[in-house]
Amino acid sequence: MANVSYLRTEDAPILPPPVSDTGISGWLRRHVLSTMNDFSSLGAGTRSVLMAVLTLLLLYYGLSALWGIIDFAFVKAVWSDPEGLKRGVCTTTAQGGVATGEVGACWPYVEAKLKLFIYGRYPESELWRPNLVFALLAAGLGWIIVDKAPARRFMGLVMLSVFPLVALILLTGAHVDLSRTGMIAMAVTGVVLMLAGHLGLRGGLGEILLAFGGGVRLIGALFLIIAIVMFVMSLDYGLEKVPTDFWGGLLVTLVVALTGIVASLPLGIVLALGRRSSLPLFRILSITFIEFWRGVPLISVLFMSSVMLPLFLPEGTDFDKLLRALIGVALFSSAYMAENIRGGLQAIPSGQYEGAAALGLSYNQSMRMIILPQALKIVIPGIVNTFISLFKDTTLVLIIGLFDLLGMVQSTFTDPSWATPVTSATGYLVCAVTFWVFCFSMSRYSVHLERKLHTGHQR
Amino acid sequence: MKEDTARQPSIINKFLYNSTWRGWLFQALVLLGLLGFFSWIVYNTVSNLQRLDKKSGFDFLTQRAGFEILDSPGVRLMDYAPGVSTYLDVFWVGAINTITVAILGIIAATLLGFLVGVMRLSKNRIFSTVATVYVEIFRNIPLLLQLFFWYFFALRAVPELRERWSLFGGLGGINKSGLYLPAPLFEQGFGYVALAFVLGLAGCWLYARFATARQFATGRRPPTVPVYLLLLIGIPLIVFWVQGAPLSWELPVFREDGPILRRGYQADAGMVLKPEFIGLWLALSLYTASFIAEIVRAGILAVPHGQTEASQALGLSSNMAQRLVIIPQALRVIVPPLTSQFLNLTKNSSLAVAIAYPDIVSVFAGTALNQIGQEIEMIFMMMMLYLILSLLTSLFMNWFNARIRLVER
Repeated sequence: MANVSYLRTEDAPILPPPVSDTGISGWLRRHVLSTMNDFSSLGAGTRSVLMAVLTLLLLYYGLSALWGIIDFAFVKAVWSDPEGLKRGVCTTTAQGGVATGEVGACWPYVEAKLKLFIYGRYPESELWRPNLVFALLAAGLGWIIVDKAPARRFMGLVMLSVFPLVALILLTGAHVDLSRTGMIAMAVTGVVLMLAGHLGLRGGLGEILLAFGGGVRLIGALFLIIAIVMFVMSLDYGLEKVPTDFWGGLLVTLVVALTGIVASLPLGIVLALGRRSSLPLFRILSITFIEFWRGVPLISVLFMSSVMLPLFLPEGTDFDKLLRALIGVALFSSAYMAENIRGGLQAIPSGQYEGAAALGLSYNQSMRMIILPQALKIVIPGIVNTFISLFKDTTLVLIIGLFDLLGMVQSTFTDPSWATPVTSATGYLVCAVTFWVFCFSMSRYSVHLERKLHTGHQR
Repeated sequence: MKEDTARQPSIINKFLYNSTWRGWLFQALVLLGLLGFFSWIVYNTVSNLQRLDKKSGFDFLTQRAGFEILDSPGVRLMDYAPGVSTYLDVFWVGAINTITVAILGIIAATLLGFLVGVMRLSKNRIFSTVATVYVEIFRNIPLLLQLFFWYFFALRAVPELRERWSLFGGLGGINKSGLYLPAPLFEQGFGYVALAFVLGLAGCWLYARFATARQFATGRRPPTVPVYLLLLIGIPLIVFWVQGAPLSWELPVFREDGPILRRGYQADAGMVLKPEFIGLWLALSLYTASFIAEIVRAGILAVPHGQTEASQALGLSSNMAQRLVIIPQALRVIVPPLTSQFLNLTKNSSLAVAIAYPDIVSVFAGTALNQIGQEIEMIFMMMMLYLILSLLTSLFMNWFNARIRLVER
């Protein structure tokens, strides 16, 4: 049996794929031409011809749009202004400048205004402070985003609690004039309530505190936290005070968007739990709150917080314009956040609720230890998506006279020393690219998270 | 924990550990807190209003408004005239303008969104790439920036007031004062044409029911499309002709001679779309369409591929498979998120204030508020309008959703 001639002793050589399937022509055949090569009937033939015409049209318009942008941003762009001519360098000789031929993007203008775009009118000597905040933010977020970094949960908590406070101190300069007595009263009340709650839970202080010790302790903790924040804000760190009128640009955009998200998280959790509560009053209140804020546009909320809020507060309360906007944004986004979190709560199988009850956990305990940790994990992609829309919506603050990135860019158009026909296009391009990079990378991250979380929850 | 077991159940305990009683207690506490909070706010507001010597109440609605409002659908419909119309009219002008741009935006965004969404799934890579690029660009750039781009940049590229770009062979044209188109003038007798069309629509509906019944009875569907065409176009055309063509077009008038200030488009002829309207409408539609495209794509992808194969196995043509099998199932996934996009578009139309298109925010909570100064009443009215619009849209879409829903057992 050594020589069976009809059995092959070696593998047939692997042939290269047919030429028609490889390279550009293969790609074209498979992905483009295959949709327009059916001429078997009159209808199919017409469709193929139509498809070919449309493809050519799309290709033409798509490529010319792409070339238009490249041409504007790079080819015809003015890159430098060595002689300090300002508007002259970006205008043609006919318009009173020095450029020969058509002018594209005016990059010297962006260079001259870059500080305004990023920090607004934040004092030059103090720019290290926003820079430090940006760096801390980037480092913290980077830590949380990297999948294998240690102590991510801890860092997440730090970013939600300590970081906002540090950023607030750095950006404002702290040293706020707050009443010491009020602070001490707050702190004392907080400590007393916490102690009472704690002892009450052990059964030392009578029936009522035994039953409600947890709640009392929570309220005490809130008081204490507020007192600590007030104390930290009133200290003098030797930083120059920078009023929010001087903030602007990307700084304001980030402050508004991040505050909106961070502040709306606790409120959103409370509202989501309220909406699913069995107690009718809580349910009705939560639903009213959520549906009201979701039913009105953000602009009207900003209008309301800028003109109506001062009327609602006692005479003489003078409010920072940015703070007013922040309150409006936080209330607005907490409604959306609540709906997100509700989705997460609904996704938890009811067995988890029943299991927690069977273990004898109270409502607070089961929420804190069983339900919310699972629900919040599921809703992270949703939170990122809310953040993206909030990030884009921060541009609306320019309507109530704050200068975010777009507002700052828009405001530089009125500067006569840079008034050229291409200034506005350049400014919009810079602004659009900045927003696009932020939003696109966040949306990619949210898609990545969704994929990652999905495998763990597939049933 | 030792004390726990030894504790005697007391009357207080019975109430404290009864979840119903506890619930009522918490609710009562929260209600009290809320009442206190709101009465504090009301007290503050009243004393602030007194201090600032501001009026309250809705009397201002009958006052006459003295300011001009940009030519817009609301101004035309309400016959708004400064010095004659009241602030209530101003409210309605703003409301009509908001509703107009919202409806037109919804129509355009839905059409474009469906087109782009289907294109993204095309086997033709050029189609899908262009659609993907469109979606990723438009949904990741703030709407306000897009609005500024269209209004302050793109629409400023058109000629000055005394010049124009001619469209449709001179019938229409565009310059900085707006897009001018022929205006239809309906003469006597056009009502019959409209009536014929409405009757044709009703006839189509009846005929479709008849055809379906016939198909169920005999297995064959009688020809429908020719009948529809006859009912919807043929008969109205005949009526139109019989009535002696009762429709004429008022062309916009563009004067190139005469005194320099009188040159350009004349205000009283033809139909004009103002740049503010075009900019807002473009920005809203293009932005929302990118979201709708994603919803449509997800909806179509949610229909399992087996459905396509099964319909092929049944011998349905690819057209019929799409119409009868795929789209009805995809719609079920598409409609609920589509509703929230419609709501978003309506709410986003409030960005009109940034380019001074006279919508409710710009004209009522802006100009009128500056003159009257009754923030609480006016912002309340504006918010109510948006809430009612949201409610109506939701109701309509819920009705539509219920119609196409999967009927289970």
